[in-house]
Amino acid sequence: MSSFPILSAIWFTPFLAGLLVIALVPGSRIQLIKWISLIASGASLLLTLMLCLRFDYGNGGALQFKETHNLIPGLGVDYRLGVDGMSLVMVALNALILFCGVLASWGAKHRAKEFFVLLLLLGGSVFGVFESFDLFVFFVFYEIAVLPMYLLIGIWGTGPKEYSAMKLTLMLMGGSAFILVGMLALYFAAAPHLGGHGTFDIFRIASVSHLLDPSFQKIWYPIMFLGFGALGALWPLHTWSPDGHASAPTAVSMLHAGVLMKLGAYGCLRVAIFLLPAGAHYWSDALAVLCLVNVVYGSIGAAAQTDLKYVTAYSSVSHMGLVMLGLATLGGMGLNGAVLQMFAHGIMTGTFFALIGMTYSRTHTRIMSQMGGLAKVLPFLGAAYVIAGMAGLGLPGLASFPAELLVFQGAWFSSDPFMKWVAVISITSIVFTAIYVLRVIQKTFYGPVTDKHFEDLTDASFVEKIPLVILILVMLVVGRYPFPVLDTINSSVKVILTQLAGQ
Amino acid sequence: MNSPTYLVPLLPLAAFVVNFLFFRKNKHLAPLISVAGVAAAFGLSLYLAMGVLEHPQPVVDSFKWLDVAGGTLGNFTIKVGTLLDPLCALMLLVVTAVSLLVHVYSLGYMHDDDGIARFFMYLSLFTFSMLGLVVSPNLYQMYIFWELVGLCSYLLIGYYYKKPEANNACKKAFVVNRVGDFGMFLGILFLTYYLGTSDFQELPAKIGAWPVLGPSWLPLGVVALLLFCGAVGKSAQFPLHIWLPDAMEGPTPVSALIHAATMVAAGVYMVARTYVVFDASSFSSVNAPAVVAYVGAFTSIFAATIACTQFDIKRVLAYSTLSQLGYMVMALGAGGLGMTAGMFHLFTHAFFKALLFLGAGSVIHAVHSNDIRQMGGLLKKMPVTGITFLIACIAIAGIPPLAGFFSKDEILMALKEAHLDHLYTLASCVAFLTAFYMFRLFFLTFTGNLPQGSHAHESPTSMTFPLVMLALMSVVAGWTSLPHGKNFGHYIHYERPAGMAEQWKRSEALATAHPSERGTAAAHPILDAAEASAAHAPEEAAEAEKSHAFEWDPAIYIPATGVGLLGILLASVMYLFKKLSPDTLINSLGGLTRGIHKLAYNKYYIDEFYAWVVYKVYFVFSKGIAWFDRHVVDGFMNGLAWLSQASGGVLKRTQSGQVQAYALAFVLGLTALLVIVRNVLF
Repeated sequence: MSSFPILSAIWFTPFLAGLLVIALVPGSRIQLIKWISLIASGASLLLTLMLCLRFDYGNGGALQFKETHNLIPGLGVDYRLGVDGMSLVMVALNALILFCGVLASWGAKHRAKEFFVLLLLLGGSVFGVFESFDLFVFFVFYEIAVLPMYLLIGIWGTGPKEYSAMKLTLMLMGGSAFILVGMLALYFAAAPHLGGHGTFDIFRIASVSHLLDPSFQKIWYPIMFLGFGALGALWPLHTWSPDGHASAPTAVSMLHAGVLMKLGAYGCLRVAIFLLPAGAHYWSDALAVLCLVNVVYGSIGAAAQTDLKYVTAYSSVSHMGLVMLGLATLGGMGLNGAVLQMFAHGIMTGTFFALIGMTYSRTHTRIMSQMGGLAKVLPFLGAAYVIAGMAGLGLPGLASFPAELLVFQGAWFSSDPFMKWVAVISITSIVFTAIYVLRVIQKTFYGPVTDKHFEDLTDASFVEKIPLVILILVMLVVGRYPFPVLDTINSSVKVILTQLAGQ
Repeated sequence: MNSPTYLVPLLPLAAFVVNFLFFRKNKHLAPLISVAGVAAAFGLSLYLAMGVLEHPQPVVDSFKWLDVAGGTLGNFTIKVGTLLDPLCALMLLVVTAVSLLVHVYSLGYMHDDDGIARFFMYLSLFTFSMLGLVVSPNLYQMYIFWELVGLCSYLLIGYYYKKPEANNACKKAFVVNRVGDFGMFLGILFLTYYLGTSDFQELPAKIGAWPVLGPSWLPLGVVALLLFCGAVGKSAQFPLHIWLPDAMEGPTPVSALIHAATMVAAGVYMVARTYVVFDASSFSSVNAPAVVAYVGAFTSIFAATIACTQFDIKRVLAYSTLSQLGYMVMALGAGGLGMTAGMFHLFTHAFFKALLFLGAGSVIHAVHSNDIRQMGGLLKKMPVTGITFLIACIAIAGIPPLAGFFSKDEILMALKEAHLDHLYTLASCVAFLTAFYMFRLFFLTFTGNLPQGSHAHESPTSMTFPLVMLALMSVVAGWTSLPHGKNFGHYIHYERPAGMAEQWKRSEALATAHPSERGTAAAHPILDAAEASAAHAPEEAAEAEKSHAFEWDPAIYIPATGVGLLGILLASVMYLFKKLSPDTLINSLGGLTRGIHKLAYNKYYIDEFYAWVVYKVYFVFSKGIAWFDRHVVDGFMNGLAWLSQASGGVLKRTQSGQVQAYALAFVLGLTALLVIVRNVLF
């Protein structure tokens, strides 16, 4: 088994299923397509589970399950896969969200074939990003992940979907342009220190990153960080997010907010911070201010929204701000908190969007003032929403609490006095978050039933309950016992800290 | 997990989990399982408390919950576990006892409610969270459970989720508490960062080193007050008191358990737990205990005046709770003796206030109204409720030999000892008002004539039994302070750690000598030296024994009882014998008294003020941000898109379709690129 390319298998399974469906299954056989998608995403989930079981946690800082094949030897581009503690957690997140996303789209009818194919391609390429440690391959997967979004929103979306899809794609592609240029710059800058042989191997570049000229790092770090930051909804590059999420169909919102936004944050950490440590130190204050704007502005802005999806989109802006803030602190707690928050937010937002989709399919509205009293007719969905909402406001016992705690702690414990101010101001968000979360619960689920048509709505079906139960269980378990997950993350964070200290 | 203390919170949790998994819809089994869970927890607490009486030394048992690389300061760890000492044992007893009685009472009160299973699940979850808070060995765990009890309170206030008032109330409670938690979290953060610990057992040895460990801009008093913010939220002190009266929208047993006897006391408990921080802060430039005392004093008189004017039975009780909590907080500000007195009052108050609420529930259950103007003469119809209610009223009015007398007396004495004379006077006024409004309530509800067409009847045994038990406790709970044997202060007391003052002085000197090392990690070696000297300081605790013995002083208890009796007298003249109409009193001094009455009746318009802040300031600001985001930030992005589209429109003319033109452009471009690459990159 040791030679079984498990990482390739994880990302390739959804791809293969997607290709199979395109080639062999006629679009009219919706049921078959759904089952193929479910089995493929389930297989990825099982493989991920196996990966988790076989992972050597004592050595979580090192890459494991490595696979290396030459792609373009002359340029130093290789197909290099491997996972360390941090990427393992992200792979697991993606596997969970993809599986739940397929289940949440069980009711899809319109052009189901293309929909599921794109969904599988999207999920597969996200696996690829988290697994690859060759910059070039990383970038290819990253681009493949962003592209299906355009079609998924443009075709299956609601509202001004073409506008939203175009906006999202253009802004993210703009970010990618920065990343591409930055990647090439890194390649060329690192080459002389590697005996003239350029490479895209992230860890080999990292091994010489302390030799990179600090002024070079100062120039390229913000370019890379903002490039990835666009996907991580860093202010002011976040405006694609409310429109994009609002227009996207349920599963797409789930995947997008659940994992795709994490690609941005992951890139910031794995590429920008890891490879340009001196630049990271230089820019940390300035970027922390942007993140702070995300956190506070997002949570205040969310209180003024009337559409459920917009509320969640702004809450994502705020929560992703916490992730980015954790990264900007460049300390152990902050980085651990950031990665855990990526995971926690992924699960939580996935749940939110799944719930909103399920509610919308019943009420045919997402405007809060048109709802009310739904807890009476939809008790399961209501309870699930309350739990997810509590996770959103960082309630202890749910996954985001340890994450948020560590980010706040990390900012305060930073040796940089400026960061302490950032910490204090960002902590005010616990109040603002409570306001918008409770406002949504009150307006949507509590109170008397406002619309007579709602009286005979039916609660979640069995298929709908599965993804919700899975996601909520993960939230609860990680919230109660964050230790194992944090330990796994911590092992790779230590490597990054060494890198940051040795700049 | 060696100590059985773990089991106390885990038993109600087990009941919750079992109910959640199997009996979510079962209206018969779910309540019984919850009752069994809390009964077992009560039994175990009793057993543990017996053990503590013999061995009062603290027992700590904990394991790592979270452990990450913390950079320069070593790893950052949060532990979860239990700390059992007399203070904890007392709270365990109060919480489990009141909770058990409320559970039993709810069997009757909630019998016809469709959501009874959900109700009992929430009650179990609350009991678990509260007990988890009580056994916390460090501030992080306390914060975790602090938030969880907040959640339970939210769920239970909003239990009747179809009622808009309940909705607003639960949201308000949560958000207001969050404001307090913001401060508390900062306090925890600062303590942990500068002292390197949040353990209750480790704080006393380290706190004296604050002058050198903490930064110069952050006096310890500020940290203590930040922690106190949490207590202001949870124990509903001014200005965060507004959520508690609204919390009465929840079912009445919940009001008794959470919003009168246990959860609201968590703030007082937290201050008592971290009392060493408050005490040490009196050396710093900000004297936290003084602020605490004044906040409590203000809340107690402020709420007492409101309680005199309200007509909703639960609201009168709610404001009375506020006022009594203010009493406890005021005591906490009065030094070590005050801490004992505050906890003592917490203990006795839990019983008579729970009794008052449950009695009120019994009344509401019978007459289906909250308005005391529509009640009267119920004593004949509901003798058990009426008599137990009367006992609670006498207890809270501070008439000997009932429980309230003893604890109130200790508070007054602590204030006197601390030379807070004006607070002593104020506390006496509050005692008068308390007796007055409680008997006003009693006379209006239970005496006089029954309203026309009343079908009121006594409540079932499941409801009257807890009333009788609580009445019993309201009588005897104070007797631990009777002049024989070991009194309350023998077990629950604060003593300043030996050598703390000296440690503080020394570290202050160090801080002046090495100002650059203040508040940095580099100061840790200095701490070690200071700590070592603090640790080997001789234990002189036995000598201190005398100071927390309760001394009987007729100069205190006679006037205290006197004002109580006076309050009862006034209430009986006005509401029992009806010799003096309230309107006469209101109009006695013309505009002045009318104005005061109007202010108090409208709760000093504080709710209106907050509503204005939230709806006219916060939400307007929020809308502003949303507008800014959509139009300015996003407008800028759209502007960029428009610009590139427009420039594309110009550039598209170059796409003429003539191959020769393309070839020319290609050659030119390539040349330019080569030149650039040659000159720039190499």
